[in-house]
Amino acid sequence: MRIDLTPRTNRSALMDALSPILAFLAALVVGGLVVAVMGRSPAAAFVTYFVAPLSEVWSLQEVAVKAAPLALIATGLAFCYRANIWNIGAEGQFVVGGLFGGWIGVASHGSPGDPLWVLPLMLLVGTGAGMLYGLIPALLKVRLGVSEILTSLMLVYVAELLLDYMARGPLRDPAGFNFPQSVTFDDAARLPYLMEGGTLHAGVAIALAVVVLATLVLGRTLFGFTVRVVGASPRAARFAGFSDGRLTLAVFAVSGGAAGLAGICEVAGRIGQLQPSISPGYGFTAIIVAFLGRLSPMGILVAALVIALTTIGGEGAQIDLKLPLDLTRAFQGLLLALVLGADALSRYRVRLVPGATA
Amino acid sequence: MRIVQGALVAVLALGFGAAQAPDAHAQEKKPGEKLKVGFVYVGPVADYGYSYQHDQSRKALAAALGDKVETSFLENVPEADSERSIESFARSGYGLVFTTSFGFMEPTLKVAKKFPKVKFEHATGYKRAPNVSTYSARFYEGRYVCGVIAGRLSKTGTLGYIASFPIPEVVSGINAFMLGAQSVNPDIKIKIVWVNTWFDPGKEAEAAKALLAQGADILSQHTDSAAPLQEAEKQGKLAFGQSSDQMRFAPKAQLTSIVDDWDSYVIGEAKAVLDGTWKSHDTWGGIKDGMVVLAPFANMPDDVKAQAEATKTAIANGTLLPFHGPVFKQDGTEAVKAGENAPDPMILGMNWYVKGIADTLPR
Amino acid sequence: MTIHGVSLDIVQMVLITIVAAATPLMIAALGELVAERAGVLNLGVEGMMVLGAAAGFAVAVETGSTLLGALAGAGAGLALSALFGLLTVVLSANQVASGLAMTILGLGLSGLVGASYVGLKRDPAPHLSVPGLTDLPGLGGLLFGQDGFVYFAFALAAGVWWFLWRTRAGLILRAIGDDHTATHALGLQVRKVRVLAVLFGGACAGLAGAYLSLSYTSFWAPAMTAGRGWIALALVVFASWNPLRAVAGALLFGGATVLQLNAQAAGLGLPGQLLSALPYLATILALVLLSLGRRQGGSLAPAALGRVFTPHR
Repeated sequence: MRIDLTPRTNRSALMDALSPILAFLAALVVGGLVVAVMGRSPAAAFVTYFVAPLSEVWSLQEVAVKAAPLALIATGLAFCYRANIWNIGAEGQFVVGGLFGGWIGVASHGSPGDPLWVLPLMLLVGTGAGMLYGLIPALLKVRLGVSEILTSLMLVYVAELLLDYMARGPLRDPAGFNFPQSVTFDDAARLPYLMEGGTLHAGVAIALAVVVLATLVLGRTLFGFTVRVVGASPRAARFAGFSDGRLTLAVFAVSGGAAGLAGICEVAGRIGQLQPSISPGYGFTAIIVAFLGRLSPMGILVAALVIALTTIGGEGAQIDLKLPLDLTRAFQGLLLALVLGADALSRYRVRLVPGATA
Repeated sequence: MRIVQGALVAVLALGFGAAQAPDAHAQEKKPGEKLKVGFVYVGPVADYGYSYQHDQSRKALAAALGDKVETSFLENVPEADSERSIESFARSGYGLVFTTSFGFMEPTLKVAKKFPKVKFEHATGYKRAPNVSTYSARFYEGRYVCGVIAGRLSKTGTLGYIASFPIPEVVSGINAFMLGAQSVNPDIKIKIVWVNTWFDPGKEAEAAKALLAQGADILSQHTDSAAPLQEAEKQGKLAFGQSSDQMRFAPKAQLTSIVDDWDSYVIGEAKAVLDGTWKSHDTWGGIKDGMVVLAPFANMPDDVKAQAEATKTAIANGTLLPFHGPVFKQDGTEAVKAGENAPDPMILGMNWYVKGIADTLPR
Repeated sequence: MTIHGVSLDIVQMVLITIVAAATPLMIAALGELVAERAGVLNLGVEGMMVLGAAAGFAVAVETGSTLLGALAGAGAGLALSALFGLLTVVLSANQVASGLAMTILGLGLSGLVGASYVGLKRDPAPHLSVPGLTDLPGLGGLLFGQDGFVYFAFALAAGVWWFLWRTRAGLILRAIGDDHTATHALGLQVRKVRVLAVLFGGACAGLAGAYLSLSYTSFWAPAMTAGRGWIALALVVFASWNPLRAVAGALLFGGATVLQLNAQAAGLGLPGQLLSALPYLATILALVLLSLGRRQGGSLAPAALGRVFTPHR
């Protein structure tokens, strides 16, 4: 027996829309069963996970704050992945962006009169640092033919250890009893809050703006066209005279820059200082978000919100229902696997061919 | 798909627009009402170390105060992303929240400002607020006792120390351990290995092997897993446990263990909130206060056991202070004058080794 | 016996530690190497490893048998990799995203499986003891005093090498990893081979995890793999997809950590972060040198690595 996948010639929009929803429902059924086995009410779990976080202004803000870095990074990655170029080091670019942008925040600490240039400079440096860090694997690929998948991944750990070293050493708060964290930034180095007393910071607006911008760039510009053509048909692109090398550099710069921007937004927004670790794995989660969103910026926005929702709902489940964190993780993993699988099913027609060999 | 996207964006936009006073959900506790107590852990409760030990105190609290309290916890909370976790307790009607890791300091203060009626307890930090207390334990007292035991028992004259990160708490622990050992054996040597992690059983085991291979015969650790103890047990050497009583992992190797016992503190604070007598304060408790507990002395001759008990009692009585002068730094300069005691700020910010330690402290 | 004041016993103890530290990296990397040679990049190694550690320890405690525990660890990794194979090979989902999903799933499942085994301990896997040989000074313990996992790891390396370069099936597997379109046109069973390679990789990852919880530090603790799955991934690249170089690389990576800790114990301090970053920097450097060495030929990576294959007709 063998299984045949045939690309669907007339992909129905309905099927496209339905497949992630069906996968989500399937994950809910499995998750509900597990919750029931653990002796809790699946209905209560559903409410805690998916309804409660959406029913309060505060938790809605938190969903947005959590989703923003994911959406921002994943949007940048969409450019890479559409062009069949594999940057999986966004976590490192995020960390480097946060580190070097945050460095400005540390260095400008205590400058009189809350100078207006600090914050823009931080964002600029953070973005630039992410971009440059992203260009390392790109250059290695273009110049030496080294697989970008592997180098970008390796550089994640180098970046994390660099931040760890800096936060424990040179950038440590001198008045902080040798504890491993920097000074807390002045107001001039913080992204402003969008709501009085809320947690929604300007980084969320930046992320939204980037998503909209990316939609326009991908859909309306020559660069976006190039990316899409190369992804769809590398041979055609080559005949049309697009340079592989320049495109690799460009998409790495875009995705590295986006990740770096996300990093500095997180540091200047939520955290407000440098710490040995600034990311709970946003750069890796964003890769999944990019695929869940089918590499379209708007889809990515939705996927980021869903992931943020399950994370925050998972905390509610720990507090209110005493369900373990591991259950949330397993559920997230399962949900991702099912959505990826269902997506494939909507792209291909699957046929079982008895007796044949594959 | 479009429609779903549109709807979600709309919902989000509504959220952006509708401002709401942050403290609206914080509830003032009425007399006779249940007190909800929340705990935020940096590691998994199953680490059998620091977070596990804190969770034991949560259970002790539930057992001691019965239906007067309701407890809950969040585990594995990344420090950089902890503000939301802390705030979700404050918002769900929790009246007392323990944030148990140093890295939660700024987020705790931020949330506390928004919820003046909720009491916060931050472990190992140094910034307080009217509704934020800090607490920590004088672990170095326990380490001094361990040092005395190790100084007495070491045959090779060399001790091994597995350290996590060069923060003051770890450095003061190493110094106290060394001072204790020197008090019974002035020529004792110590080898220190920094593993740059709080928890990585494999790496901790490798560090233990390295120390044992290089002649250390008694291990002490400031990391969370039982791996070094197990390694000592495997090689027929001795070691001290960390955070919790790890006797079950190494019945023939564990001499004692420095157990973080937060039970009485946690219960006391919850009672104070229930009585309405809670005030912001800083607690730095030691052996005397029952915060630092030494697991039963084992695997040592009776005279050493007696000396260890005597040292423990003297520290508890206040007749013996581990950093009692003269204390010299590595380079021979006098850090604490003869007859004086190191003031708390010096211990809290300790970033130098005492004389007799040959290593250089990493920066 | 001493040379320049360094006792041979210390040298042997350090070597034994290095071999033990290299073993989980070796087993996991050899499995991943076969999967990558067939053209599938599995970023779920860490998840499969940690699930193997949990399942292996649980079964070993319940049955009292280290062997059954090891098998259960391998089985758990295999089960998770079956899901990965279904997604990536059968359904042609993206390998990078699916692999990361497996890591999240594996971490979560391992916590659920291991929850009731926290704080339990069992005796570590027995070590070989041959009277007369194991006690030989200098090398006896190193050669004749290891546990079964260690010998298995070396046998596995030889086996994988033999399979890839001395059997027809191995040739087919490598050919598929280099060009799935052409091999498919030749009538080779691209997806069947890839699924089998992925399953083998998953079983190895699970077994490597079981080694950690059954032998290396014989207890279960959440996330106890502490990133070794990622190091194994780096190692495959570092070894340029060659099983014998993977052995050398594992000894080097494991050795770097062990030697660094020993250097510290001997009073030679270096920034820990720099040394921790070395395996990754070394991997990048190795990649660069490899491609410099064969300028024209492009990289040594299996050409179809990570690319989606869908047989059309």
